[in-house]
Amino acid sequence: MAVLRVKFTKTKRDKLAQVLWILNWISVVTGVILFALGLYLKVEINKRVELMAERDIQYVPNMLIAVGLIACAINFLGGKICYDCVDTTKFLRWKLIMLPYIVCTFFFTFCVLVGALMCYSMRGELEESLALGLTQAMRFYKDTDIPGRCFLKRTVDMLQIQFQCCGNSGYKDWFQIQWISNRYLDMSQQHVVDRLRSNVEGKYLMDGVPFSCCNINSPRPCIQQQVTNNSAHYNYEHQTEELNLWMKGCRQALLEYYTDIMQSIGLTVLITWLFELSVLTGVRYLQTSLENVLRQGDPDSESDGWLLENSFMETARINLNIIKSLGKNNHIDTAKNGDPNIDVPSTSKAHYGPDNVPPKTIKEAS
Amino acid sequence: MVLLKMKFNQQRRVRLAQGLWLLSWLAVMCGAFIFCLGVYLKTELLRRNEVMENTEIHVVPNILMLVGLASIGTNWVATRVCQDSLDASRFPRWKVLLLAWFVVAALLCCLLLAVVVLSYVLQGRLEESLKVGLRNGIRFYKDTDVPGRCFQKETIDRLQMEFRCCGNNNFKDWFEVQWVSGRFLDYTAQEVKDRIRSNVDGRYLLDGVPFSCCNPASPRPCLQYHLTDNRAHFNYDYLSEDLNLYSRGCRQALTDYYMGLMNSTGPGVLSVILIQISVILSLRYLQTAVEGAMALENPEGDSEGYILEKGVKETFEEVKVKVLTMIKLAQVDPEGVPDEAEAEKAADTAAEKAASPTPAS
Repeated sequence: MAVLRVKFTKTKRDKLAQVLWILNWISVVTGVILFALGLYLKVEINKRVELMAERDIQYVPNMLIAVGLIACAINFLGGKICYDCVDTTKFLRWKLIMLPYIVCTFFFTFCVLVGALMCYSMRGELEESLALGLTQAMRFYKDTDIPGRCFLKRTVDMLQIQFQCCGNSGYKDWFQIQWISNRYLDMSQQHVVDRLRSNVEGKYLMDGVPFSCCNINSPRPCIQQQVTNNSAHYNYEHQTEELNLWMKGCRQALLEYYTDIMQSIGLTVLITWLFELSVLTGVRYLQTSLENVLRQGDPDSESDGWLLENSFMETARINLNIIKSLGKNNHIDTAKNGDPNIDVPSTSKAHYGPDNVPPKTIKEAS
Repeated sequence: MVLLKMKFNQQRRVRLAQGLWLLSWLAVMCGAFIFCLGVYLKTELLRRNEVMENTEIHVVPNILMLVGLASIGTNWVATRVCQDSLDASRFPRWKVLLLAWFVVAALLCCLLLAVVVLSYVLQGRLEESLKVGLRNGIRFYKDTDVPGRCFQKETIDRLQMEFRCCGNNNFKDWFEVQWVSGRFLDYTAQEVKDRIRSNVDGRYLLDGVPFSCCNPASPRPCLQYHLTDNRAHFNYDYLSEDLNLYSRGCRQALTDYYMGLMNSTGPGVLSVILIQISVILSLRYLQTAVEGAMALENPEGDSEGYILEKGVKETFEEVKVKVLTMIKLAQVDPEGVPDEAEAEKAADTAAEKAASPTPAS
């Protein structure tokens, strides 16, 4: 009881082989596209690696790059095989390789599916990584004189300008850290000393934000200092003022940006997976129909193609038995030195009864 | 005295036709490239339209687009001519068109050369246009409530951040303009009143700049206000501080950007000119060789190809006479035909006279 049996005439087989040849080459192109997408994602993540804390997110682009390369190789081989399958004599060359090739490709398509799903699952880890990374970056904003951190100010400023965002979740995050270095604070002034004394850790906290938080759509010149003090600025009410600073938090802005990229990449990978699966089905039909033709002997006759020779359960059982017997064959048979042709008398004494006399041998009937 | 004569046998003619067909298609691609270049340059200029006062510089991309389209058409005609050139029955119908084709192709080459020259010559005009445009932009920065000018603030802020520049020539341009709107000034405050009284026009001038002038690469948080007052900020020296704000002026930044764009397209345009010239010369050779072959009794035999039938001077004289005749014919003449015949006779004698001195010399 074969699974999804289809009859193939000679012309149908030839057409199938040709179509599969073209489809395999298209799959090579999609493999290259996957590789390029993985590379693009890697570059985008590395551009902002300073804002991401140590988290395992590099595995997604690495997986995509590997899958893309393997897809190219597999489909290139598949193209060659299908090109040769039009001619039954050339098929004999590939006959032994085809079944392992199909099994490998089947497992490979699983990898492609896993790659697609990973794209969607990366979001949670990315959010965590960004939250921690941005907090660190903002804390070290003022450390432009410490090697290793001296570019964080510029990175955060350019990020806020480019992504039109301010702070981690909002602009109020800047009120809780000291973003002005002590090098630029006049410690002899009373108000500076007061501010430093006003909190436990001795940090110079203020209700001001860096210039990169300024919104260019605001009709009035940017208010950066004393943002929460309504009386410090004319005609200003900080609760209703929405256009002065960027309202979005940078974590959300970056997350949206990366989620967009990964959703489109994930969609492309899913489409590639479906395509690969259909090519695999075609190759399987081609293989079984060609094998049946060879079994029948006449290269021009009709033959059947199927996905599995027996039903799923049967095939699973047969394969399990094969695996078990492979396991048995591995046992070393010391009794016969491994050779089944030698007759070795049994070493254990046979028990023939109380007097221990072997019975007379029975003459064979002629 | 033929100019640059070359012998062509049948095989060479065929090769020339095939090679020229390929070259013509290459020239079509080049025409498309020139058109795309023109479109790109125009979009880049239009993006910053608001800070340019006039559109004189737009002549460069306009010519590029025109030449690109014309070049596509012209070279496509050349490919058709090549295809028909080896067929004696179809080639004659192109004879009339070929002279016009040569004129148009030569004109296209001249226009491309003119574009290269113009892009250097117009640099001064571009700077002028930017100077006035930026000055207006800075003056109307505060007018976010005046219709027609409400986007100047956003435009100037975006420009300064993208091109990393400040003001027209430098950041001091902002000291001479009131860029804080009166809507946000508390006229009852003493400081505001003092500042307004301190100048003739009653403007609120200050030694401060908008936030978009701030340089993110500066190690200290941006200082926007009281820039000339060293005591207003701790550890600050106005004369030696160069990282705080962008030091370049926006006019310089934009001019450099556009000149860079046009210079980088220079080599591309020059190579397109070379390709077009080679197409013209090859087509002339093909035309004369095929026409020569068609005039022979054996069309498959050898023929000569040349660029000009007579020398340069003689051809020039002939052309001059022809043009004068055409002008005379074109003039509205109430006496009609006899004068035309007289004019033709006069032209012929003039040509004879021109031709006759040569044997004597």
